[in-house]
Amino acid sequence: MKGLKKRPGAGGATASESAFKQQLNKVYRWYTLAFFMFVVVLAVLEQAGLPREWIGFIFLFATIGLYAAIGIMSRTTDATEYYVAGRRVPAVYNGMATGADWMSAASFIGLAGTLYLTGYSGLAFILGWTGGYCLVALLLAPYLRKFGQFTIPDFLGERYGGHLPRLLGVMAAILVSFIYVVAQIYGVGLITSRLVGVAFELGIFLGLGGILVCSFLGGMRAVTWTQVAQYIVIIVAYLIPVVWLSVKQTGVPVPQVVYGYQLEKVTAKEKELASDPKELEVRQIFASLSQELAEKLKDPAAALMNDKAKAEARLAALRQADASFADLSAAEKTLSSLPRTATAAESTWSRRKAAADTKSQPLNGMPPHAAQFAGDPDGDPEAQQTYDESRRNFLALAFCLMVGTAALPHILMRYYTVPSVKAARESVTWSLFFIFLLYFTAPALAVMVKFEVFNVLIGTPFDQLPAWVAAWNKVDPSLLSVTDVNQDGLLQLNEMSIGGDIIVLATAEIAGLPYVISGLVAAGGLAAALSTADGLLLTIANALSHDVYYKMIDPNASTARRVTISKVLLLMVALAAAYVAAQKPADILFLVSAAFSLAASAFFPALVLGIFWKRATGIAASLGMICGLAITFYYMVTTQPWLRDIFGVTRPVELWWGIQPISAGVFGVPLGFAVIVLISWITPAPGREVEELVEHVRYPRRQRV
Amino acid sequence: MSSKPTPAENRRLYWRKTLRLTAGLLLIWFLVSFVATYFARDLNFTFFGWPFSFWLGAQGGPLVYVLLVGFYAWAMNRLDAAHDQDDVVD
Repeated sequence: MKGLKKRPGAGGATASESAFKQQLNKVYRWYTLAFFMFVVVLAVLEQAGLPREWIGFIFLFATIGLYAAIGIMSRTTDATEYYVAGRRVPAVYNGMATGADWMSAASFIGLAGTLYLTGYSGLAFILGWTGGYCLVALLLAPYLRKFGQFTIPDFLGERYGGHLPRLLGVMAAILVSFIYVVAQIYGVGLITSRLVGVAFELGIFLGLGGILVCSFLGGMRAVTWTQVAQYIVIIVAYLIPVVWLSVKQTGVPVPQVVYGYQLEKVTAKEKELASDPKELEVRQIFASLSQELAEKLKDPAAALMNDKAKAEARLAALRQADASFADLSAAEKTLSSLPRTATAAESTWSRRKAAADTKSQPLNGMPPHAAQFAGDPDGDPEAQQTYDESRRNFLALAFCLMVGTAALPHILMRYYTVPSVKAARESVTWSLFFIFLLYFTAPALAVMVKFEVFNVLIGTPFDQLPAWVAAWNKVDPSLLSVTDVNQDGLLQLNEMSIGGDIIVLATAEIAGLPYVISGLVAAGGLAAALSTADGLLLTIANALSHDVYYKMIDPNASTARRVTISKVLLLMVALAAAYVAAQKPADILFLVSAAFSLAASAFFPALVLGIFWKRATGIAASLGMICGLAITFYYMVTTQPWLRDIFGVTRPVELWWGIQPISAGVFGVPLGFAVIVLISWITPAPGREVEELVEHVRYPRRQRV
Repeated sequence: MSSKPTPAENRRLYWRKTLRLTAGLLLIWFLVSFVATYFARDLNFTFFGWPFSFWLGAQGGPLVYVLLVGFYAWAMNRLDAAHDQDDVVD
């Protein structure tokens, strides 16, 4: 048996493969070393007095320039190189590239923030975004690699025959990737504008330049090697501040191992804070504010008239009394800042009431960090229902994120780039390992920042708050703002509003690290957003040029022509996505999660049944994809406030089993499976070719040519 | 050992074993992800400082996934070799 393993011809290829890998090892070792040196040099320069803005600029231009340089070096017009990086990316490197491709701005910036704000509920994201790789590994990656074409719609088209499944695949891939890429480009704009202080729109186009040079010139080949470089930046930038914070708090440099004890301390402090008299005082103030607003909301028009009359009377009285200029202008400001119309007043006041309601709750509206699910299984019926729904939504969200992970075309496509089925399996392991490094650090980061906030910030006199609080307060009050509500001169927890996106970006400052590390973290966030955007844009452009143009419109097109068309489309899609992102679409987190639910219901049933069930027929798969997508989309449109606005849905929200719109895929996936199975049974079995194709993908051994 | 299986038998056996391995690992995946999480409040004992179910969601679950996927790659390589299904590098 052993002797048969190396067939003639195989030995040589393996040798060149390992030489290629050694070359890569050398290049990336040097790269990592140079990157460390770069950070050290900047740190030294900072100590010597280099201004902060310069550090931001240097980080932005050095990293984008580096990615562009890799893109230019890897430029290609060869189809196999352009679409699947020549199919010779070693498993480890494909794992790193997948890690960078996978970890978006939402993972890098948003995840730890979500965990900070929601505690245990946020773990649905950790479980979902890692557990999905089990499905990728067990059900999809090796088989797709054996199939070995260029895109995911390719597989649907070949397996189910005819243009319809392919076209549906293309449309779903574009829909999902476009939604997702808009969110990434938005993140790019946010980070560049923070890092160097340029306008948001300019930031978008700066980042877009970086994205385009990589994917435009060299397709998958350039994107792969850039993503490996980006992964190294991402993971270094994420780990350094957390390790530092861990050493500072516990003396142990492995935050993932020791933060359980910090969690215990946080839980104890939470109990203390919930009954702290000063906190109760602040909560009381917010509660009465909420009541006041509730009164006004009963009849907004009258209340607004009343407010206006009062403000005018006060202004007149001040004028009469010859009051100071400061008092006068303050009164004028009060008058001019009143809402213009009753409808405007209603929406402003409802928003302020919601904020006040949150802030009148214990712990600033955050659930206790370690509490599993909201509500109480032993409480009154209402608490029991809250508990059941909270638990159901946790499981549903984890399910959607897992299945969605296993159905995102830009991730699945990455497993076409490895040399063999064996490498595809190993590559999933590496992917998950590299993703795991960041994801099992995020909960530690959240707990340690919370510990720092509870023990260092809370109770500090307002004039002695650390400098970063004031600095972020100035950048964007929606990210961080503090007000002395009860006028006692000390900061209480409920007097601070904190946005989730700040947690990671400010960790370096919270830990008391030099500014250069903050620049590094921002560069890491940028790398995360750019790498994901690269992969997504490529998916869209390839689906259009390869599946629509080459496979459906002009099968005789030359390779050079296909690649050129792909590049032109890439440019157009990138500009369109940048345009949409510049409009600042409402809810970014919702957009990202919606992409998961939609991908899950469109692709997962058709792909899995296509591999594991020979009887699945083309018409059934098409119907299954349509039904799955349709019900997911329908549920989102009828239940999600932002989409309801867009589509003008006015009838009352009707949640099915209390499931939140973010997890709409929980209905689409089972329906997709059911439709494909049922319709396959009543339609004629697929022909011999399909059977042969399924046989082909199931067995790794390749036929000798 | 006595008689070599025919290629067709070999393939059938290979696929059956693949399915069995896949189903077994998916079962573990399901138990860790959904069953353990469903009973999160009941698994609240202290585990090195963490409430156990918090640890499971934040560290244990992802760790199990990494090991599971790694084990799958290892086991399938062995299965490939045993049933003459090694992928040839071209």
